[in-house]
Amino acid sequence: MLRYIARRLLLLIPVILGVTLITFTMLYFTPGDPARLTLGEQAGAEQLEQFREIHGLNDGYVVRFVNYIKNAVFHQDLGLSYRNRQPVFAEVASRFPTTLKLAGLGVLVAISIGIPVGIISATKQYSLFDSVSMIFALIGVSMPNFWQGMLMILFFSVYLKWLPSSGFNTFQQMILPALTIGTSTAAVITRMTRSSMLEVIRQDYIRTARAKGQKESKIITRHALGNAMIPIVTVIGLQFGYLLGGAVLTESIFGIPGVGRLMVDAIKQKDYPVVQGGVLFIAVTFSVVNLFIDILYAYLDPRIRSQYK
Amino acid sequence: MTKKPLLEIKNLHVHYITNEGTVQAINDLNLELYPGETLGLVGETGAGKTTTALAMMRLVPNPPGKIVSGEVLYKGKNLVEMKEADLRKIRGNQISMIFQDPMTSLNPIMTVGDQIREGIMLHQKVDKATATKRAMDMLEVVGIPMERYDEYPHQFSGGMKQRVVIAISLSCNPEILIADEPTTALDVTIQAQVLQLMENLKVEFDTSMLMITHDLGVVAKVCDHVAIMYAGTVIEHAQKHKLYRTPKHPYTIGLFESIPNVHETTERLKPIIGLMPDPTDLPTGCTFHPRCPHAMDICKVEFPEVTHLSDEHWVRCHLYPADKEVE
Amino acid sequence: MEKKNNTPAPTQQVAQKRNQWKEVWRRLRQNKMAMVGLAILIILALAAIFADVIAPNGFDNQVIKDRFQTPNSTHWFGTDNLGRGVFDRVIHGARVSLSIGIISVSIAIVFGGLLGALAGFYGGRVDNVIMRSMDILLAIPSILLAISIVSALGGGLFNVMLAVGISSIPGYARIVRASVITLKGQEFIEAARAIGANDSRIIMKHIIPNSLAPIIVQGTLGVAGAILSAAGLSFIGLGLSPPNPEWGAMLSGGRDYIRDHMHMTLFPGLMIMATIFALNLLGDGLRDALDPKLKN
Repeated sequence: MLRYIARRLLLLIPVILGVTLITFTMLYFTPGDPARLTLGEQAGAEQLEQFREIHGLNDGYVVRFVNYIKNAVFHQDLGLSYRNRQPVFAEVASRFPTTLKLAGLGVLVAISIGIPVGIISATKQYSLFDSVSMIFALIGVSMPNFWQGMLMILFFSVYLKWLPSSGFNTFQQMILPALTIGTSTAAVITRMTRSSMLEVIRQDYIRTARAKGQKESKIITRHALGNAMIPIVTVIGLQFGYLLGGAVLTESIFGIPGVGRLMVDAIKQKDYPVVQGGVLFIAVTFSVVNLFIDILYAYLDPRIRSQYK
Repeated sequence: MTKKPLLEIKNLHVHYITNEGTVQAINDLNLELYPGETLGLVGETGAGKTTTALAMMRLVPNPPGKIVSGEVLYKGKNLVEMKEADLRKIRGNQISMIFQDPMTSLNPIMTVGDQIREGIMLHQKVDKATATKRAMDMLEVVGIPMERYDEYPHQFSGGMKQRVVIAISLSCNPEILIADEPTTALDVTIQAQVLQLMENLKVEFDTSMLMITHDLGVVAKVCDHVAIMYAGTVIEHAQKHKLYRTPKHPYTIGLFESIPNVHETTERLKPIIGLMPDPTDLPTGCTFHPRCPHAMDICKVEFPEVTHLSDEHWVRCHLYPADKEVE
Repeated sequence: MEKKNNTPAPTQQVAQKRNQWKEVWRRLRQNKMAMVGLAILIILALAAIFADVIAPNGFDNQVIKDRFQTPNSTHWFGTDNLGRGVFDRVIHGARVSLSIGIISVSIAIVFGGLLGALAGFYGGRVDNVIMRSMDILLAIPSILLAISIVSALGGGLFNVMLAVGISSIPGYARIVRASVITLKGQEFIEAARAIGANDSRIIMKHIIPNSLAPIIVQGTLGVAGAILSAAGLSFIGLGLSPPNPEWGAMLSGGRDYIRDHMHMTLFPGLMIMATIFALNLLGDGLRDALDPKLKN
C-alpha cells in the first residue's frame, strides 16, 4: 500500500509539470507586452527594461520555463506579481486556506445532504419522497450557483436580515457561501447515491443477506452502502475539483478573499504570474485529492486493496 | 403413508408486473416437501423454478414480482401472510437457501467469515466470540481451513465460494434447505464434489432439501422425490423411482425420451417439439397442450386439476381422470 | 425469465440499426420527463431562431426614460438600467447561450472523440501520450481551465466557445476511448478487417457509429455544462461583455441592481435554469432509452 502511494506521488510529478507547461505556454504566447501592459503607455524605455529584468522576461521560452520550474521546486518561488511585485507564492499561499475551506465546506454540505437523501430515495423508490427529492436534485443541478448565491443574499441578507452577505470569518458568514457552492454538488451526489444504491440493492448478495433473515435497515447499512460507496466516492472526488473551480465564482459573489478572487482580479489586470500560481495551486490540490480518493477505494474495496500488494 | 409435509405450497400464483406486460411466472403451483427427504424440482429454464424457491422464503423481488394468491405452509403457518419480523426469524434459521451463482451471491467487501457469522449472530443467542468460533467450525465443515476466515470472496474459486454459501445456509442448522441449481455455475469437475458435500451435509444436519435443477442426472443422484415443472406449475410429482419407471405426464415422458441413456441403445433422441410458451401470453387450458402429442379438446379450454394416481404420485393432465371421479 | 439472444446475421444489421433508433425513440417517447425536456428545448430553439420576430426591438434598444420598469404588459419581464426590455434580451440571449452550448460541445466532441478514438484504436504509445495529456488537462478543474484559456485569448463569443470546448475535451476522449476499446475486440470489427477494410474505414464506418450512444448522452448533458460555464465566465467579467445579451452577462449586469430591481437578474437566471433543467431531463431520458439495462 505504501509503495502504491509512493508510486502515485511520483506520478503526480509529470502531471504537475504538464499543468505548469500548459499554463506557462498559454500565458507566454498571450499577445501583448506585459511590461507595457502593466506600466502603461507613458512608461519610459528604462522603466520597461527594468521591469523585464526583474521578471526575467528577456530570456527565451525554454530558459524562462526551466527557470520557472527550478525556482518553483528549489525556492518555492513562483515569480513576482507584475502589479505589486510581491512574491506570488506567498500571496497565493496566504489566500489558499480560505478557498480550501470554502470548497471543503461545500463538500461537507453536499455529502451530508446528498448521501442520506440518496439512500432514502433508493430504498423508497417511486415514493413521494423519492419523486420530490429527485425533482429538487434536478433543480439543484440546473441552478447556476452564482445566481443561487445572489438570490440567497437577497432573501437571507437583504429581506430577512438573518445572515451577512459577505466575508468569510464567522460561522454566520460561512453559511451562505457554503450552501451556494455545495448545492449543485449535493444534487449530483444525491442522484449518484440513489442510482448506485439501486444498482447494489438488486445484486445477488443482497438477496443472500435477506435470505439469512437480516433486517432491511441492516442490509442497507452493512451490505449495500459499502458497495455503493465506490462510485459515490469517485463523484465526490470529481466534484471537489469542480468546487475548487466554482470557488472562483462564489468568492466573487460573497467578497471572499480567496485564490479565486485573486485570480479573477489578476486576469483583469493581466498579472499573469499570479494567474499561473493560482492555477498551479488548485491543480496540485485537485491531484492530491484524487490520490486520496484512490487510496480510499482501497479502503472501501478489498478487491482493489489486493491489487496494490 | 400419511406423513405430514414439512412445507406445502398450495395453489400459488406469482406474477411479475412490468411495462411490457404481466409475466405469469407461477400458475396454480402445488408442492409438498416431507421431513428428511430431498425433493427435486425439475424444469427447463424459464419454467419458474427460481421464482418458486424465492416465493418459499417470500423473497420474490417486489416490484416487479408479486405473490398474487396461494399459500406457503411451513409447519401449518402461512408464510405468505406472516409478519415480516416473524418471517425473518424463519429465513436463514429454519429455511435457508443456496443460490445459483456463487460468484455474485457473496458480498465482495465483507470477509467470508463475517458473512457466515452474520446469520449465526442473528438467530442464535450467542456472543461474538462464540459466533466467530461457530463460523470457523462451519468453514471446516464445508472443507475450508478456518484460517481463511478473514479472506474476501474474490480470494476464493467458484467452487470454494459455493462452499462458503453452503456454510452460510447450514450455519443455523435449518430444517429446510433450498438449493437453486447449486452446481450449474461451476466447472463440471467441481460439480460432483459440491454435490457430494451437500448430500453428506444433508444427512449430517438432518435437513430436508429442495433441489432445483434442470439436470435429470443430479436428480437421479440425490433426490427421493421429484416434481416436474412446466410453465409455472408442477405437472407431475412422484417418488423418484416411480417417476423414472412410470412417468405419466406426456411432458415428463417427453423429457425422458429427450435425454440420452447410456444403458440402452436408442436409435435417436426424441426432442419435445415446440418451445416453452411465452409467460406473458400463456396458452389457454393446459399450458402444455400446443406441444402435447395426446392433446384433446378439453386440454385447450380447461386447466387440469391434480389427479392422485397413487401415494405421493400425482399429475396434472386430462389423460388421467380427476380425483373426485376415481374416489 | 431469460430470453434467447439470436445473433443477427450480417445482412440484417443495417435494418436492425434503423430499428434500433426507432426503438430508442419509442422508449424515449414513453418517458414523460424527457418529453417535457424536449418540449422546453424546442421552444427555446424556436425562440432563438425567431428572436427577431418574437422580440423585434432587439437586445440593445435603449429607452432611458423607460428604465427599471417592473414586469408589465408592454415589457413582460420589465426593463433594465438602460431601459432595454429584459424579455427582448433573454430571447436574443437564447441565441447566444444555445449556440455557445452547441458549438463548444461540438468542438469538444470532434477533438475529444478523435483523440479518444486514436488512443483506443492504436493503443500502446499513442494511447499513452494522448491519455496522459488528457490527465494533465483533467488536473485543472474545467471552469478554471476555461478561465485560463479566456484570460490568454481574451473574451468574446468565439474565444468563450473555444475555451469551454477545449476544457471539456478530456471527458469525451475518455468516453470514446473506452467504447473503442470494448468495440475493438468484437467480432464484427475483426470481420471488417478480415475483408480488408483499412483503419480509417473501420473507425469511420464501425467504431464511431457504435460509440455514438454514450456520446449523445454526454453531449446533451455537456451542452448544459457549457452554457453554465460560459455564463460563469461572463458573470465574472471574462466572457461576453455588455451589451451582449448572453444570460451570464445579463446576470452580471443586473447584479448591482439586485436589491431594488431583482427582475433584472431573476429572468436571465430562470432562463438558464430552464435550459439546464430541460437538457438534464432529456439527457437522463436518452441514457435510459439508449441503455435500458441501466434503467432503474
